[in-house]
Amino acid sequence: MSSPDIQKSRWQRFTDNDIVYSFVTTPSAMVAALIAFIAIAAAFAAPLIAPYDPFDPAQISLWDGKMPPAWVEGGSPAYVLGTDNQGRDMLSTILYGGRISIVVGITAVFLGMLLGVTLGVISGYFGGMVDTVIMRMADVQLTIPGILVAILINGIGRAALPLELREDFAIYVVIVAIGLTDWPQFARVARGATLVEAEKEYVQSARVIGLPGWIIMIRHILPNTMRPILVIATIGLALAIIAEATLSFLGQGIPPTTPSLGTLIRVGNEYLFSGLWWITFFPAISLVILVFAVNLLGDWMRDALNPKLR
Amino acid sequence: MSALLDIKGLDVSFPTRRGTTYAVRDVSLTLKPGEILGLVGESGAGKSTVGNAIVNLLEPPGEITAGEIMFQGMNLRDQDAEAMRNIRGQKIGMIFQDPQTSLNPLMTIGAQLVETIMKTTQVFGSAAINKAIDLLNSVGIDQAEARLKSYPHQFSGGMRQRVVIALALAGDPDLVIADEPTTALDVSIQAQILELIKSLCRERKMGVIIVTHDIGVIANIADRVSVMYNGAMVETGDVRQILTDPQHEYTKSLIAAVPRGDMKVHRFTSVDYIEGGAQTHRRIDLDRHWLGEKLGQQPSPTAISVDALNKTFVLKKAFLKRNRVYLQAVNNVSLSIKTGESFGLVGESGSGKSTVARLIAGLYNVDGGSIKLFDQEVANKRTGKDVIDARRNLQMIFQDPYSSLNARIRVQDIVAEPIRFYKTASSESEVKQIVRDLLDHVGLGSAAMLKYPHEFSGGQRQRISIARALASRPKILICDEPTSALDVSVQAHILNLLKDLQDELGLTMLFISHDLPVIRQMCDRVAVMRHGEICEIASTETLFNAPQHPYSKHLLELMPSMEDFGKTG
Repeated sequence: MSSPDIQKSRWQRFTDNDIVYSFVTTPSAMVAALIAFIAIAAAFAAPLIAPYDPFDPAQISLWDGKMPPAWVEGGSPAYVLGTDNQGRDMLSTILYGGRISIVVGITAVFLGMLLGVTLGVISGYFGGMVDTVIMRMADVQLTIPGILVAILINGIGRAALPLELREDFAIYVVIVAIGLTDWPQFARVARGATLVEAEKEYVQSARVIGLPGWIIMIRHILPNTMRPILVIATIGLALAIIAEATLSFLGQGIPPTTPSLGTLIRVGNEYLFSGLWWITFFPAISLVILVFAVNLLGDWMRDALNPKLR
Repeated sequence: MSALLDIKGLDVSFPTRRGTTYAVRDVSLTLKPGEILGLVGESGAGKSTVGNAIVNLLEPPGEITAGEIMFQGMNLRDQDAEAMRNIRGQKIGMIFQDPQTSLNPLMTIGAQLVETIMKTTQVFGSAAINKAIDLLNSVGIDQAEARLKSYPHQFSGGMRQRVVIALALAGDPDLVIADEPTTALDVSIQAQILELIKSLCRERKMGVIIVTHDIGVIANIADRVSVMYNGAMVETGDVRQILTDPQHEYTKSLIAAVPRGDMKVHRFTSVDYIEGGAQTHRRIDLDRHWLGEKLGQQPSPTAISVDALNKTFVLKKAFLKRNRVYLQAVNNVSLSIKTGESFGLVGESGSGKSTVARLIAGLYNVDGGSIKLFDQEVANKRTGKDVIDARRNLQMIFQDPYSSLNARIRVQDIVAEPIRFYKTASSESEVKQIVRDLLDHVGLGSAAMLKYPHEFSGGQRQRISIARALASRPKILICDEPTSALDVSVQAHILNLLKDLQDELGLTMLFISHDLPVIRQMCDRVAVMRHGEICEIASTETLFNAPQHPYSKHLLELMPSMEDFGKTG
């Protein structure tokens, strides 16, 4: 037995954990977590910390449009990162836009995870025909580039909605489109882990006790498949944020009235050749930093949870 | 004669962030040419680490922190990596445990042998091939020349281990380190391999170190024995002296714990040295307790009745039926087990004994035949009240205590699962009380309730498995090799516990094992299985004293015979 009889405090047990230890000894993971945390906190606190509300027409003045960042000649200290073509403060729009990107990313990954893990565990547990049908569906979807699937689902979703609702529901359509694109990754990993776990004797013992399949899947198999799933969920978050930005950049995603980072880059792109580089540069660099930090976290998590890969 | 290998005061430590762990502490041993030294100890004793330290193959971050390893007069600790690489193979050969993984599956046997010969002895071309043929002949492989072109998967486990031995001998080494060379093999093959190592050692005047947990192996082969416990060497001496007159308390209890094959004893000798004295734990009064409650059904005289059972596995799937490859795992097996009886199923690996257990437990569907539990037909049935009630009478204890418990659930919830599912207790506080009692009863103590399985050792985990099985209040207990993953000292405790439970609760037990002495101690009747068929069913005493079937005789002859030392020696 590894643990002595002295009861450790909750905090001591937390710091004793190998994953926590790996975290505090991996500088890149700490930096990445810090950046991701700041980015996410800043985005969610946007209404509190942003100098302006870019959605409030009263605060936007076209006179202040297209102003460069504060440190460039012609810039104003009132707009640290400059303004866009409509006179919105870039810093505020990025904060609000980042919030939309992150919300879309997290919910889309969650949706994909829910769908993929459910189907994957069912597929791995029952095997046979069920397995064949589910996994062939996943294979077919994987033969088409993800972004095309997302555009397809997105297009269908928009066409199905009445015209006056499209703007309001655009964000949900994007979430569903990305979530439905993501699921095969989760299904594959969940199925693989399920195949391994279902062979183990604790699952067989549960079957001998007479527990029904759904209890075995939820209580016994699912918690034991979560490690690899968490890893791909983190990496999937970065991909989902990019997917949203791509959709928005192509004009298929979030409308410019409530811009996400991708929408901002698209709008800015039109002015790039007029020398207004900051409209596209700052949203783009924010996106890169966010995705990079999330990816680093995912890489670290993969190493920490699978010691054999190192 | 001067010593071939002389180890003095060897320390091997593994620095971790929780402090340095010493895997080996102040170990000294010597080995003369032509001598076989057995290094024996239970898991975690550090015996393999000693072997790896000699050839400098320690798993990082392990390192030698003190002592010297003198081999033919040079200190191996002073050699650099390049020099060590030449010493391994040319001077020191290694034989590993698992012949499945110690050969390259993509190269022919011949290519692997010739490669090793060219590297270690600088013999090339047809001379190297001839040497490879000689080596295969010397390890007892027929048609050596033709077999050079075979791939490892075309050999059986025993043959593969012979090839591994041939590889170890390729450089004409002076020292061979064999790390559990027969643990992955069946008894009949184990005897051949040990005989081979012994004769090669004599012929070539090699020193051999055999690392093993199995005292039977040591008794068969070694000249001298070193006993290790907790990283330290507790006793060294002549094999006969150690086995018949051990000096150290640990050696005494270790030898006493090996189940006897020659006679039936009432209880297994428990090894008190290791678990620190007999544990006193509260046992429950079965007359009044939940666990002892007699449930509805009238007991039928036959607990399990199996008739003409068949099971075939598809080894290779194919669209066309004629292209498929099948394995007849269970072939026309019939047996019947009386209520309250302890029935043994014995056989080598691949004989289908576990498959029979799993078919009876309903984990596999049968392809033909009938299975009755207390006269209720259950084969391929999952639904219906009668079937479910009959199945609830049966519980199973599995082999691997490390995979038979869900690592993410607390012990109390693992044990409580059947009680909660079938609502056999009236309230949640009663469930807790029953779980507490069960854990006490299996000798674990109720402090275990809030812990997770990873905090327990193999033997303790097996006790949790038993408590979980009892929580269904079974009448039949299937034990599938319940102790083969455990050390002998722990094995004795678990087997005693199972015996006690059977007596107290009147359980019917189907006990599956490859270990004949264990079967002899545990069972009233035994069935011997081979290739999916039952060779012989007889009472234990009859089988062990007068086996009828030639295969049963063969198996009994191979039984490890530590007792012989008293007579022949």
